[in-house]
Amino acid sequence: MTTSSRVPAPTRGSAGGPVAGRRLLGVVGLLVAAAGYEAVTRTFFSPLHVPPLSAVAPEALRLLTEARFWTATGRTLLAVASGLVIAVVAGIVVGFAIGSVPWLLRVTSSTLDFLRPVPSIVLIPVLVLVLDVAQITVLLVAVSCFWIVLFQVLYGLRDVDRVAVDTARSLRLGPLARVVHVTWPSVLPYLGTALRLIVSVALALAVTGGLVMGAAGLGELIWRSQESGEFTGMYALVLLTGGVGILLDLGARLAERRLLHWHVATRREVATG
Amino acid sequence: MTGPRSVPLRTGLARGASAVGFALGLPVLLFTLWWVLSADSTTIFLPPLRRIVEAFGQVWLSDVFVRDVVPSLRRLATGYAAALVIGVGVGYVVGRWSVVRALTGPILAYFRVLPAPVMIPVLLVAVGIGDATKLIVIVLGAVWPILLNTADGVRAVDQVHLETAAAYRLPGWTRHGLILRAASPQVFAGARQALGISLIVMVVSEMLMSTDGLGFTVIRFQRTFAIPQMWSGVLLLGLLGFALAKVFELVERRALRWHRGATGREESS
Repeated sequence: MTTSSRVPAPTRGSAGGPVAGRRLLGVVGLLVAAAGYEAVTRTFFSPLHVPPLSAVAPEALRLLTEARFWTATGRTLLAVASGLVIAVVAGIVVGFAIGSVPWLLRVTSSTLDFLRPVPSIVLIPVLVLVLDVAQITVLLVAVSCFWIVLFQVLYGLRDVDRVAVDTARSLRLGPLARVVHVTWPSVLPYLGTALRLIVSVALALAVTGGLVMGAAGLGELIWRSQESGEFTGMYALVLLTGGVGILLDLGARLAERRLLHWHVATRREVATG
Repeated sequence: MTGPRSVPLRTGLARGASAVGFALGLPVLLFTLWWVLSADSTTIFLPPLRRIVEAFGQVWLSDVFVRDVVPSLRRLATGYAAALVIGVGVGYVVGRWSVVRALTGPILAYFRVLPAPVMIPVLLVAVGIGDATKLIVIVLGAVWPILLNTADGVRAVDQVHLETAAAYRLPGWTRHGLILRAASPQVFAGARQALGISLIVMVVSEMLMSTDGLGFTVIRFQRTFAIPQMWSGVLLLGLLGFALAKVFELVERRALRWHRGATGREESS
């Protein structure tokens, strides 16, 4: 949860340097890390168990041309997407329902507080008896992300400006119009934060479903290559899984920016680069 | 307001009682519903709650606790503590010096999105099956939110505070302490996230590396169709997650008392 984008970046001038210089340093850092990994694996580990990057990278490139990698990625992304849609819709609906009725919030808050920290993977042994593994994976993604969305919506509703609500009321806006014009825009930044958080959670659980239950996808592919001893392939798959994560994260950030293009924090961020 | 002194006390008590009522009402209702509705259940997957509770006592209040729960908790505590030390330490360095931040930016961004459970098969191959692997996985999963939040918090420390500290010529260590203190609300936000992650990673690693532990035991019950026992394990895991979150909340509330006072905010989230 890097909250940096919600806080306006402190302008520290000299220390940060121009964007190009920072990018260059980032590339240098990557190269140093890659060289360090290469050196450590070559000196301390057998190439069979911990292959050096010079073996993993070509393997990863080769995987990119293979259909099985893309099918697995597609399946994982499908689980991620279905789970996310369920979580976002359910989180918004339940969040608004509970958050706009004070007594409902009071009655449910202890139960919600109890259920939220329960890790969703405890459901695996129960669900595996009644559903198929692909459905369970979607459900795991949905449940974990649902809590994040729900609580962000509740935080957002708590943060709605009283004066704005009263103003809308005195302008005789109906309940629905108040939600559309006052409540919803106040909750939206919180939903943007939720979006950024849930994307990587969703990927993690979709992959976990594959690892633990063998649900088709990247996790299952990784686990199978580990079991069949194709260790270089496994490392390459892990490397690529991180790449999928980066792309998902990028997508979530773009979506957040689009969603909140009108918001002060976003405008300031765009202005400062 | 002008009544006898006992009135405010009584309203205070009444308010306390109603708060307890609100807190316990729905959980008690749901538990009762589950109990009653499942009482005559003959579906093998949904045993009566009574039998689950019985199994809970039989399974977890025996030597299984020492054999499976204690190792799990020990791994969790050790891994989480290591992640805290490493995350805060490295996060401080990353947040404090912009050159380090620029150098490590892309790598940190990569590891933040790499799902932690993916490291389980990697470590299985690199380190082998055993305690060390499970421990490293927990550290690898929990360290990133702590590290990144610490870095963000340290970076966002008020410039005026830093300049004041410099003007008073505070010694280096005091200054580091001050910065860390100012960043602590962010550090706690990361630590809370990391706690949930480490619990998940612990269970997943035990499910995949079947030797001992809570995750392994629950899976073993499920494979041997000991369904009430399995449910009791699921309940225990749920309770564990809840208890850890509560303990964390208490610690956080104590540690950040100054912060709530300073900002007048109810919660720092």
